[in-house]
Amino acid sequence: MNEPERLPNLPEFLWADAEPKSAYDVIIIGGGGHGLATAYYLAKNHGITNVAVLERGWLGGGNMARNTTIIRSNYLWDESAAIYEHSLKLWEGLEDDLGCEVLFSQRGVLNLAHNLGDVREAKRRVNANQLNGVDAEWLTTEEVRKLVPILNASDDVRYPVWGATFQPRAGIAKHDWVAWGYARGAHAMGVDIVQGCEVLDFVTDGNRVVGVETNRGRINAGRTALCAAGHSSGLAAKLGVRLPVQSHPLQALVSELLDQVLDTVVMSNTVHVYVSQAHKGELVMGAGIDSYIGYGQRGSFPVIEHQMAAAIELFPIFARAHVLRTWAGIVDVCPDASPIVGHLPLDNAFINCGWGTGGFKATPGVGWVYADTIAHDRPHELGEPFALTRFEHGSLIDEHGAAAVAH
Amino acid sequence: MLSICCPWCGWRDELEFSYGGQAHVAYPANPAELDDASWSEYIFFRDNTLGWFRERWVHTAGCRMWFNAIRHTVTNEFAAFYRPGDPVPEMPVEVVR
Repeated sequence: MNEPERLPNLPEFLWADAEPKSAYDVIIIGGGGHGLATAYYLAKNHGITNVAVLERGWLGGGNMARNTTIIRSNYLWDESAAIYEHSLKLWEGLEDDLGCEVLFSQRGVLNLAHNLGDVREAKRRVNANQLNGVDAEWLTTEEVRKLVPILNASDDVRYPVWGATFQPRAGIAKHDWVAWGYARGAHAMGVDIVQGCEVLDFVTDGNRVVGVETNRGRINAGRTALCAAGHSSGLAAKLGVRLPVQSHPLQALVSELLDQVLDTVVMSNTVHVYVSQAHKGELVMGAGIDSYIGYGQRGSFPVIEHQMAAAIELFPIFARAHVLRTWAGIVDVCPDASPIVGHLPLDNAFINCGWGTGGFKATPGVGWVYADTIAHDRPHELGEPFALTRFEHGSLIDEHGAAAVAH
Repeated sequence: MLSICCPWCGWRDELEFSYGGQAHVAYPANPAELDDASWSEYIFFRDNTLGWFRERWVHTAGCRMWFNAIRHTVTNEFAAFYRPGDPVPEMPVEVVR
């Protein structure tokens, strides 16, 4: 497996940019993966095709093209396992469903344990996963070494590998192709994709949201669905709603194209890096968020330095690789590291945000659930636990452990 | 790397500091009278400002004192650093992006 994989050709036609009409049944604000998937499932599952996806910049140009493309469902709590596993099952049929490639590769994800606390947390999570029907197993150091020969699993490191959780069905996909695939499918069913269209304000009638004011004029909407990740707070504030999210920079980086040396996704909470090798051969790495609120799509260098140190400790052969580029996305993190999906405290208005560092893997799942919520104006079974009201009721879903990065 | 000016120690690298989020969030004056919604608001909800923002930092690897700063959350420019109890500086005029 040393040859770089040949990428398949994209379909000849993807989507056409639309001029906004004066009214739609549903307006989705945000043309990232979640917004496009929501539009796709609104049309496909519910027959609602008079839909516009309004994107301030360009399609899939935010976090959808900035994540490290890791897909897995090995979350601790029942609520999270349910929605992420639903998503993973959709990923498994996505290329057939969309009729185009997204380079979904179920190469397995390792979450390394480096100390007794890690081992206990990991085994607990494996047990919880198995009870929830999520494929998960505990691997010993020797098994980890066999699976990833280039990993330094010797005792001669500061944080030796004490074992790992392994989810074989987990993997990666090519994120921009996922966005384009959903856009293509949605457009083919009649959804308008409007780029360069920024929502400046909302139009309300009493407690009912009836439309949006944009830089391209007013657009009326039967239902309005926010899907704006890091910018959700600012949008919700225009509706007088406060969200319990904080927007942080989350940095990632890639190396130049290298021969294939790593066919598994490897994550470590403790030394703090996650790495995979993309189809073309670049090493893709990420780590934790920058601690401060930031909207600048860039972070501080020490975070990159820290994750590189971790990567080289785990993979000494990476020491000669060069960083090709670094960037950041703006991730909206909730106090419990779980998302918010469901109703806003207004009529005909919905919110999907707070996916923090883990939104990409959820793209098909949340698109499915959010579309159902919007279509029927009631929570979907899988989305209900993630309602905004959980912060008042105290029914938080603490996924700081399984979210795999420090928040 | 942010350069941060501790009001006691002077300019140091970001690495010496930890972030404390929104500044000037007071503990409720009448805690016994708060309902669930108000407690939720106090515990979980903080401003998430795009633009100039009053926030807290602690000089973890230095004097370990808490202090406040005004920072722009897009450009990361600092406009002021001040100690707890100091007069709160005016917000700079917002620069339109």
